[in-house]
This record gives sequence, C-alpha cells and structure tokens, in this order.
Amino acid sequence: MSLTVTPQQAPTGRSTGPIANTLTAGKLPRFAALWVLLGCLAVTTAFFVILAAASGTGFNIAAAVFLGVVLYGIVIWVLSRVVEGTRKAKDRLVTALVSTAFTIALLPLISVAYTTIANGIPRFDVQFFSESMRNVVGAGGGALHAIMGTLLITGMAALISVPVGLLTAIYLVEYGRGKLKHGITFFVDVMTGIPSIVAGLFAFALFALFTGDPGIRMGFGGAVALSVLMIPVVVRSSEEMLKLVPNELREASYALGVPKWLTIVKVVLPTSIAGIITGVMIAIARVIGETAPLLIIAGFTTSMNYNLFEGRMMTLPVFVYTQYMNQGTDVQAYIDRAWAGALTLILIVALLNIVARVVSKLFSPKTGR
Amino acid sequence: MSKRIEVNDLNVYYGSFRAVEGITLEIEPRTVTAFIGPSGCGKSTFLRTLNRMHEVIPGARVEGEVLIDGNNLYGPGVDPVLVRRQVGMVFQRPNPFPTMSIKENVLAGVRLNNRKLSKSDADDLVEKSLQGANLWNEVKDRLDRPGSGLSGGQQQRLCIARAIAVSPEVILMDEPCSALDPISTLAIEDLIEELKQEYTIVIVTHNMQQASRVSDKTAFFNIAGTGKPGKLIEYADTTTIFSNPTVKATEDYVSGRFG
Repeated sequence: MSLTVTPQQAPTGRSTGPIANTLTAGKLPRFAALWVLLGCLAVTTAFFVILAAASGTGFNIAAAVFLGVVLYGIVIWVLSRVVEGTRKAKDRLVTALVSTAFTIALLPLISVAYTTIANGIPRFDVQFFSESMRNVVGAGGGALHAIMGTLLITGMAALISVPVGLLTAIYLVEYGRGKLKHGITFFVDVMTGIPSIVAGLFAFALFALFTGDPGIRMGFGGAVALSVLMIPVVVRSSEEMLKLVPNELREASYALGVPKWLTIVKVVLPTSIAGIITGVMIAIARVIGETAPLLIIAGFTTSMNYNLFEGRMMTLPVFVYTQYMNQGTDVQAYIDRAWAGALTLILIVALLNIVARVVSKLFSPKTGR
Repeated sequence: MSKRIEVNDLNVYYGSFRAVEGITLEIEPRTVTAFIGPSGCGKSTFLRTLNRMHEVIPGARVEGEVLIDGNNLYGPGVDPVLVRRQVGMVFQRPNPFPTMSIKENVLAGVRLNNRKLSKSDADDLVEKSLQGANLWNEVKDRLDRPGSGLSGGQQQRLCIARAIAVSPEVILMDEPCSALDPISTLAIEDLIEELKQEYTIVIVTHNMQQASRVSDKTAFFNIAGTGKPGKLIEYADTTTIFSNPTVKATEDYVSGRFG
C-alpha cells in the first residue's frame, strides 16, 4: 500500500503531483502541436519575406508553407521525443506526415472548385440555361442544347450499361464457375483500361459499318461509346456489392424452399441495392465528363437536337471544348461560356451524387433500433 | 403434418474428400432427434443432406439415399426446391432478412414463392406462426419494424416462425442456441417441446444437457482423426445414450472424458 503513495516510485522522478501514478508519462500541453505549427509557419514566412525584400522578387508562398510544414515535422518530433518519449514522438511525426499528405491531396480539388466557380459565375445565368448557340456569334447564347444532349446521351448509356453490367455481375457472383467466370472477370478488368478514344472509334466504326455512312454522327452512337466505358465499372462495383451479401441470407431463403432466381431477385438484390446504386452513380460520374468519344461519334452542333438517332448532338464537355478552341472575335464571351459549361457539368455530377446518397439511404437495410 | 425419415448407407463428399461415411438411421415422426459429437465430425454436413442444403456448397455431393415417407430425396428428377418446402431449416446464427420487417420476414417463405395471400389470411398466418414460435406477445405491437432490431434470441425465434410459416413436415435445427444466452435458450427449448406435437425435429447441438433435455433419441457421431470421414457411432434413445451407452466412445464423450 505504501508503494502507491510514495512519490519516489514515479519512473521519471519528475512527478510533482500529490499522488504519483506509475502509469503517467510526460505530455505536451494541449494545443501545443497547433502552436508549434503556427510558429513554424511564422518563421518560414518571415524568412521568405526578408528574402523577397532582399532580392526584390515576389513573396514565395508555396515554398514558405512547404518549408514551414517540414520544419513543423522536425520540431514536433524533437519536442515530443524530449518530453513524451519515442513512441509518442513517432506518433506525432506520422500524424504530421498523414495530415500533410491529406492536405496535398485536397489542394488541387479546392483549387479546381474555386477556379471553376469564380470563372463560371459570370455566365451562370438564366440565358445560359434557356438558349442554344444557334446563330450566336460573340456574346449571349447558352448551353441548353449541350445540357439536353449530355442528359440524353448519358441517360441512354446508363440504360444500356446498367442491365448488362448488373446481370453480368449477378452471373459472376451467383452462377459463374471455372474458366468462363475467370475469362469474363479478366476481360472486364481489361475493359476498365480501354482509352476513351478507342471506345469512341469503336462506336464510330460500328455505326459507319451499319449505316454505310462514313461520316455518321448520332447521339445514340455516343451512348454506345459511353456504355463501353461504363459497363466494366458497373460490373466491378455491383460484383463487390453482391459478394458482400452474407451467404446465410441465401441459405435462409433456400431453406424456405425459395428457388434460386427468386432468392436473387427478392433477397440478394434488395439487400445490396444501396451499394449497387452508389456504384452506378460513380459509373455515370465517370463517363459524363468524357469528351473524346463524343467528339468523334456525337459530333458538335449549335442547335437543339432531341433525337438520339438522327444528326449531331452537342454535349457539355464537347461544348466546353469547342467554346475554348473556336474562339470568335469576342474572346471573353467564348471563354466565359466554356467556364460556365464546366461549372454546370460539375454541378450535375454533384447533384447526381446527392441523389444517389438519398436513394441509397432510402433503400438500405434498416437497423430498427 | 410430420414425416418419417429413413437414411440408407449415406456418404457425403466435398470434392474427393469423404466427409461422412456410411450413415444408416431412421427418424420417427413427431420426435426430437439430437445429433451430438465433436466439431468437424460431420453432424451439420449430414443434417444439411436431409434437405439438400449441402448443394449450396460447391463440390459437395451425396451417395446413398434419404427417404422421407418413402420418397427418395436423391432420386432422379427430384427438385431440391420442393424438398426444402417440406423440410425447413433453422441456422446457427439468426439470419432474418435485413430488408424486411418482422411481418414480412414471417411471410417471406410464402411471399417469395410468389403465392398470393389475402390481407386477412396473411395476418392470420403471421399471428399463428409467431404464436407458434412464442414470439407473438413480444412483437405484436411492432410487426412493421425491421427484424434486425430484435435481440438475438428473438431473432432466432423469428427465424423459427419464418420456418414454420411455410408449414414444413420436418424442421432441421443446426445448433440453434449456440449464439444465445441461457434464457433465450430455454425459450427455444420450450418451443421445441411444443413443436414436437406437430413436426419431426432434428437438432444438432454441442450442449449435452440440451440434448438430454429436449430429445427423444440421440445420435452420436465421431471421427477417427483429421482427414478421416465422420461416422455414426451410436444411435439410441436419449436415456440409453446418456445413462447406458453400448459403445465406449459414446460413454467417454457424454461423460466429458474427451472431445
């Protein structure tokens, strides 16, 4: 009993508290890490400000931040090693590295979002969403034709890819055996790596052969090209989701005398539907921004076209591309439209993701607690 | 409502590995039969062959015959789906369907088979099955809540209600209480006692007290060693197995001297 109250028992001998606890260790004060970080950033900023003043060049913010973070890693490691010991020091250092990596990954994302919003806002108006580019030279005009085209072509691509992809995934998980299964899995993996331009050329060659028209342009061709890119993504994601359904549920269903196909339709699919929808949305987001295949097979136009099977059809990525590449005399008007188009595309993808979240929330199994 | 099971010289294989060898036994209608034996001796494998559930495992196959009221389950042209509608099964871990409510879980066997039920018939069936599984009083106010919100013991009784809702002839139970606490176990044992009036029940258990409490007859399985097939060592009335077994291995096992 006396062992626990004598202060001499503290391992470091630094303990000053009334009761020494052998489980205590040195600890940096709360927020110490934050203050060290700010201090390091202040030091490097001061250094680069002096350097800028001395050499007459501009202040290098990137170098200041980078060296500040590196300095922080070193300082916190040394500090923590002295006060807290090696294990904590390693923890502090790795935390610093991980946070830095995360920030580096986040930076381009923030930069892209900021640039697109800042440059896209000027033409993000009612006219942009209510007019096409027909007979527009210079300022004015809109992207309604491109928005409609993107929605129609991507929707058609989803209509083709989801049944094909989902049924393939069901075959692979529930029925596939041996060589055929491995063959399909292999080729699906290969298909995920197809360059998008090849998908476009494939669709173009296919429809040029079918119709005998070497200059064929149609929206449906674009949808076919996109589904070539989309199917492998749908197969892979649905396959993973179906594999996650516990075998016990299938067995429970079989034991009730339910045939295999009904088990799949009524037990396996409802259990995994949330994940499958998310996968489909990711696949749509993957193809909605494709430019190259649509440039080849869907072409570009300035007019509205609601018919997938006849004539050129504009899409948002191609709209952005043509606005930027074929600038007229009023350069700023074209560039503004390109940015607004890019912003619209990002917003459509964001919207689809929100819808997917809501839908998967609605369908996912309830815990009932 | 219940049927007699006759097994003649049954062998079960996983690929080329023989898991269970030469089983011959008869199970009378309206009795509870317990399978006991050390882990890996083929009790569950054998149980699954009684409703062809072993076919779910790739590579599993059976030689020999299982007769239910004289009909061979492994005869040519037998549809495993029809077999399983007569021989229901309850698993070790409770597995209610997570997407369905309590009510839908009970009706799952009927609904999933695309049989149409009027609303009043469905309500009657739900009440009857849940009464049968001793769960009605606990869940009657929340039939539309998800089945996964129940406790483990309640989920297991829900699974039993689901199994009896399709009115099978035989119910197979694969260690139904091994994931449950003693109170839920007691509830399920009481339930087995009641179900015996109408159904033929076969239960696999590691709990010898449970076997002696609930079963009329007991079968002891054993293996000679790893890689060897499991065999039926002794099959007799439960009282005989536990008080006066004829085989030494059975006596050692039930008295806890090995395994």
